[in-house]
Amino acid sequence: MDTTITENAVAVRNVYKNYGDVEALRDLSLDFPKGQLTSLLGPSGCGKTTLLKIIAGLLPADSGEVLVNGKPVTGPGPDRAFVFQDFALMPWASTIRNVAFGLELRGVAKSEREAVAEKYIAAVGLTGFENSYPHELSGGMRQRVGLARALSVNAEVLLMDEPFSAVDEQTRRKFQEDLLGLVQNENKTFLFVTHSIEEAVYVSNQVAILLPRPSRVSEIIRPRGFRNKDVDSIRRDPEYLDLVDKIWASLKSYVE
Amino acid sequence: MKIFGYQLPNMSSLILWGLLWEFVGQIELTFFLPPLSAIFATLWEIGGTPAFLKALRETAQAFAIGTTSAIVIGVPVGILMGKNRLIDELLLPWVNIFLSAPLTALVPVLMVLFGFGLKAIVITTALFAVWIIVLNTRAGVMQINRSLIEMARSFGASPFDAFTKIYFWAALPEILGGVRIGFIRGVKGVIIGQLLISIVGFGALFELYASNFLMKHFWAVLLVLFALSFLIAEFLAWLERKVEYYAASRN
Ligand SMILES: Nc1ncnc2c1ncn2[C@@H]1O[C@H](COP(=O)(O)OP(=O)(O)O)[C@@H](O)[C@H]1O
Ligand SMILES: [Mg+2]
Repeated sequence: MDTTITENAVAVRNVYKNYGDVEALRDLSLDFPKGQLTSLLGPSGCGKTTLLKIIAGLLPADSGEVLVNGKPVTGPGPDRAFVFQDFALMPWASTIRNVAFGLELRGVAKSEREAVAEKYIAAVGLTGFENSYPHELSGGMRQRVGLARALSVNAEVLLMDEPFSAVDEQTRRKFQEDLLGLVQNENKTFLFVTHSIEEAVYVSNQVAILLPRPSRVSEIIRPRGFRNKDVDSIRRDPEYLDLVDKIWASLKSYVE
Repeated sequence: MKIFGYQLPNMSSLILWGLLWEFVGQIELTFFLPPLSAIFATLWEIGGTPAFLKALRETAQAFAIGTTSAIVIGVPVGILMGKNRLIDELLLPWVNIFLSAPLTALVPVLMVLFGFGLKAIVITTALFAVWIIVLNTRAGVMQINRSLIEMARSFGASPFDAFTKIYFWAALPEILGGVRIGFIRGVKGVIIGQLLISIVGFGALFELYASNFLMKHFWAVLLVLFALSFLIAEFLAWLERKVEYYAASRN
């Protein structure tokens, strides 16, 4: 897969970001190859969300630039869609309206956007819950709504900020498997933030390890052997286990 | 309220007070308090008269225009204050002053500025109602979940979209609470306006009945007024309960 030269969907170039006195990102550069899933892995508070929001155009960088398909980011754009850690669903809106919200903002006619929303609601396995409200859904189901909303605008780049951290372990595993399916079938570029080493290795084409503040990339790890294997056997694959150990070894020194 | 283990319906204490009123009225303790039954009889009598209906119409009109303007102005101003630090710091002291100020004292000034007609009464009504609507809307907007705003921005919402599709709805439970209290204050405003500015509507009836010591008539109009504001407040409380399901689950 990565023997050929791959194009980058997103390129981060020498980005700096301070919050007042807090130096969050220092001279961070990183490439995100098209059609692949790249995880940002690092301890809490190291600047993962900050980086993702800068790429999303929700936060300006102090200096440096972000290129999406070669064009510099100046704000949010239809080429990127965000999946939020806390789901960010409108509690007054039904599942279908939440899923169609991105299209609603783009002025797509109601019947048309609801048809698209239906399709992605089915794709994430929520058929039958179109008219339910967020407070009637479990955490896992809410995040499926958030995912369907991001998919339905058909953005090339999906930015996912610890999307599975607020759901229970079983649901999380199911999500991880589903995510592998999405990466294979959707031909999109995924930027996936996590603080779980196992999760990062399990789902990623490349894992970028970020060090604590001020954050920069310390290492990029690319799982090779097991990526095309059956989802059930990945967790027993020797390379998977080795990578988890290796990453833990390099992060251990930062955990007190 | 519970008596001997029986749950009485809401407001059943009113029956007790009604009976006491009737009793005090019957023993003719004071001319000020005629028996409740006599008041209802009077209400029945005057309820259909053109004079009463005209007063009701005038009051309802001034109230409707006044409170509607209070909402139309108060909600956007409250949203802007909740969204924008600078606007908030500029306006908040004024809102707080006007919220607690004795607004009745301003009514003569309004008369000088806006004359003696409907306009001044409407403005009085709006002035009574608007501040709490502003303040509640502001509070509703300030507790909004930040990531909802980022969500809307990331999917390309214009500031106007964010205003109408996120801020307004997120603050709706608080807005309705503010509107409910604002309406109750608006009732006060419209009557004060009709008493002080130009003697029209219910204000004129109060004036007429009180100065002629027609206490049964006076109380009859007052009861109608109580009943109307109670109905409006209950209706808004019902609307509030309809959005309660998400007020609790917003964060
Ligand atoms: N709005 C903000 N104001 C001040 N400091 C912030 C703000 N957002 C994040 N930070 C700080 O920047 C650092 C990186 O935060 P964040 O990007 O959220 O980390 P992560 O997502 O990796 O947990 C943290 O130390 C955090 O406290
Ligand atoms: Mg984070």
